[in-house]
Amino acid sequence: MPHTVLVVEDEPHIVDSLSFLMKRAGFEVFIARDGDAALRMVESRPPDLMLLDIMLPRRDGFDVLKTVRSNQAWRDMRIILLTAKGRDVDRLKGMELGADDFVTKPFSTKDVVRLVRQHLGVEEKLA
Amino acid sequence: MMLVDWIIILSSICYLLLLFAIAYIADKRAERGAGITSHPYVYALSLGVYCTSWTFYGSVGRAASSGLDFLPIYIGPTLVFVLWWLVVKKIIRITKAHRITSIADFISSRYGKSTPLSVLVTFIAVVGIVPYISLQLKAVATSFNVLKQYPEVIAPLNSPPIATVADTAFWVALVLAIFAILFGTRHIDNSEHHDGVVVAIAFESVVKLFAFLAVGIFVTFGIYDGFGDLFAEAAKQPELMQLMTFQKEGAYTTWVTLTTLSMVAAVCLPRQFQVIAVENVNEPELRKGVWFFPLYLLAINIFVLPIALGGLLQFPDGDVNADTFILTLPMAHGQEILALLVFLGGLSAATSMVIVATIALSTMVCNDLVMPVLLRLKWLGLRERSDFTGVLLFVRRSSIILILLFGYAYFRFLGESDALVTIGLISFAAVFQFAPAMLGGMFWKGGNRKGALTGLSLGFAVWAYTLLLPAFAKSGLLPITFIAAGPLGIDFLRPYELFGLKGLDHLTHALFWTTVCNVGAYVFISLYTKHSALERVQGALFVDVYRYADQGPRSQIWQGSASVEDLFNLLVRFLGRARADRSFSGYFRDRGLERRRVKMADSDLVNFTERLLAGAIGAASARVMISSVVKGEIVRIEEVMKILDETSQVIEYSQNLEQKSQELETTTRQLRAANERLQELDRLKDDFLSTVSHELRTPLTSIRSFSEILNDHPDLEEKEKSRFLGIIVTESVRLTRLINQVLDLAKIEAGQMEWIVEDIDVPQIVENSLDTMSAILSEREVGLDVNFASDLPLIKGDRDRLMQVIVNLLSNAVKFCRDEQGWVSVSVYSQAEEVVITVTDNGKGIPWSAREYIFEKFHQTREGLTDKPHGTGLGLSISRQIVKYFGGRLELVESSTTGSTFGVFLPLSLPVSIDKAGE
Repeated sequence: MPHTVLVVEDEPHIVDSLSFLMKRAGFEVFIARDGDAALRMVESRPPDLMLLDIMLPRRDGFDVLKTVRSNQAWRDMRIILLTAKGRDVDRLKGMELGADDFVTKPFSTKDVVRLVRQHLGVEEKLA
Repeated sequence: MMLVDWIIILSSICYLLLLFAIAYIADKRAERGAGITSHPYVYALSLGVYCTSWTFYGSVGRAASSGLDFLPIYIGPTLVFVLWWLVVKKIIRITKAHRITSIADFISSRYGKSTPLSVLVTFIAVVGIVPYISLQLKAVATSFNVLKQYPEVIAPLNSPPIATVADTAFWVALVLAIFAILFGTRHIDNSEHHDGVVVAIAFESVVKLFAFLAVGIFVTFGIYDGFGDLFAEAAKQPELMQLMTFQKEGAYTTWVTLTTLSMVAAVCLPRQFQVIAVENVNEPELRKGVWFFPLYLLAINIFVLPIALGGLLQFPDGDVNADTFILTLPMAHGQEILALLVFLGGLSAATSMVIVATIALSTMVCNDLVMPVLLRLKWLGLRERSDFTGVLLFVRRSSIILILLFGYAYFRFLGESDALVTIGLISFAAVFQFAPAMLGGMFWKGGNRKGALTGLSLGFAVWAYTLLLPAFAKSGLLPITFIAAGPLGIDFLRPYELFGLKGLDHLTHALFWTTVCNVGAYVFISLYTKHSALERVQGALFVDVYRYADQGPRSQIWQGSASVEDLFNLLVRFLGRARADRSFSGYFRDRGLERRRVKMADSDLVNFTERLLAGAIGAASARVMISSVVKGEIVRIEEVMKILDETSQVIEYSQNLEQKSQELETTTRQLRAANERLQELDRLKDDFLSTVSHELRTPLTSIRSFSEILNDHPDLEEKEKSRFLGIIVTESVRLTRLINQVLDLAKIEAGQMEWIVEDIDVPQIVENSLDTMSAILSEREVGLDVNFASDLPLIKGDRDRLMQVIVNLLSNAVKFCRDEQGWVSVSVYSQAEEVVITVTDNGKGIPWSAREYIFEKFHQTREGLTDKPHGTGLGLSISRQIVKYFGGRLELVESSTTGSTFGVFLPLSLPVSIDKAGE
């Protein structure tokens, strides 16, 4: 069973690139384009890891993060935040709320993939 | 030896010459700086001027008729000197501090150096004292006429017929006038010190006491065997017993009245004020001598009752006037030397009173009545006169003669009717009118000029009505019915029973009404009228004299400039060259200055000069003279105080303060608001930067991701490669647009946008905009509906910027219109003074609540658009700023679930500022 990754992002092109990268890394990818959709997905099929953008329509990333972390059932879910503002406060706030890691846009694709693998405990397959 | 006329006259002249010699020697000593007036006993004895011929002859007369009633006249002064610290000392201190020359000067100084007040006081003093002086004339004349009958004793119970003594009295008046002039006005002194006079008066006090005691001892121990024998003899006669007790009805009231009157008189009588305060040289030393004066009074009164009883026993028939007992008793017993001594004692009592009183009155008449008037009469040219000493001396000498002539006239026409004591008490009651203004002024700061003037005037009027006019009536100058029936028969106004007040003796009655009117008016008017600043200052200086004593009178600060020479010349005119020279040299020496080098006088010297002048001509006149030589603005401390003191000013001041504090509060509020605004701006800038950063990072993220993907995955299919490259291009365009718009916004907000203003045809611009959009419109299959009104006017504007606005609106419309069968409608028309462009789409609409929100920077409606590429979030914001710049509006006009309409409203004429900039 491949690991499942939920990409929560409202920018279509970034969703495109992330889902391409995750699929190539061998994960099963789900997509949510706003915070509410993300929570619905988490409830129906909790992923192993979530790539969570902070600036989201309807319900922002911090809110999603808080909700997920408040539920013991999803305790093991890895969450990596995507931030574009590049402010330390956002990163600190995210880590305090229980994110496992963060990635700053514009990110290096290799770094994102490596981080996801690392958090899922998957060794990089030499292509 | 017979006591013939010439012997009496000769001995009198000898006595007066002796007196003059004493005065002359004392003056010379004083000039050498070895004056003896500062000796406590000399001072205390000089206070004995209180005991006039009234005391000398009248006390016995009073005792013979009313028993102990003679005593209050002496209890009063005794009480005053017991209260030394409270009253007398303060008077002396004030007098010295302000260089006061008379009681008129004192009162007028206290109430702001008021000339009307000093004139009034002088007038009252002269009118009040004239009867007193006439009393002295009468006493001397009468005693002379009694004495020259020796060995016969002829002293009728009623005063001798005027005709028999009138000539004598006239000569007495003349001689006394000459002596007063010789003593008192030999020169003009800046402090009104008359050392010679004081010593002579002290000597006279000794003489009259000696004479009185001599007779007393002769009667008690010569005729009788001591007090016991005398009183035992008297006790045999019931009517004499009555004299030694208070059996008469109303005796207590009379006592209180007399004591009160004499307390005031002891201080307020012009001659008393003169010796107590003006002639006083050395205040602290003299405290020692204070007890001596009451002792003197006691001594001179010891034998009053024995002599009275002796007289009554000696002349039981009542055909000898009791006022003459002291003279007639020795005469009856053939003691001619003693009788002559008594006459000389009486003469000394009379001369001391007349000399001091006329000196005091002439000073007042000159300084407070005549000079202020003369100085104001410009046509007299007195101000320009170089030497004033002559004028001053002339005025004073004339007034002495006049006063004595008045005294003579009073005696000639009125003196017959009343006994000595009654005449004296009329004077006391007149002088009593000074008490409220004077004592009030010393202890109550609230008293003011109007109060003092009104009180004095009313008190004086009532005095004249209740005491003086009845005296006139008694002597036949007014119809006698005036007393019994009142003027014109109005009972209510009977002078001895005014307003129906009955049951009091005449004096108590008068004292009651004068006090009610005087004190009432003084207090009431003082309380309810305005005080000038000068009155306040003088009030404070008088009442708090001990506090200010060391500083001297500082009530005025002359700020004008005066040359030393002008001031000096002024002094020379009033004091003579020698005195002026001495004063100025002393002044400069004390301050270690060289007189030749100082040309301009400072305020200190001006004050110094004013005080010296005040000593010579009174405060009011000195003020006038000084202001004539001090040039420029005269700013006085009282004026400064006025500014601070006037209630209105204070209110204005506090209002100013209040306003200032309100302004401060406003400023603080504004500052706080500005600060909050700055913080808000700072936060906004922070937010803006963070948002811009976010917005820039987003396309950049896509570009970088797909570039890396393309780079890392050479195995991608061609189709996918080209899609990824397409994304990179799209995002690059977005990034470029974003950068341009951010720069535009920054420029507009900083006012650095370059505008090209020209005449523009709006439909043309919309047409051009649609042209640039045609590709995307057809690509997305969006229908277009265009509706232009005809004959639209040209407007001024920036073609490119307006196109930017319309393109932005069109692209939004295209972006948000329905995916299927989407259409966009554009219309241009004019309404009122505007040209309107509307852009409508058939999308899902914008929530009405967000209609303003959408114009904010970086606001993007993301709902339902997740699959569409995002805008920059700056388009509407920039568009609105552009339209606003041309004085127009960009608004969401209409919005529903079936679409929304944006409207651009452009004014036909540009705002003035841009119009000018465009030319």
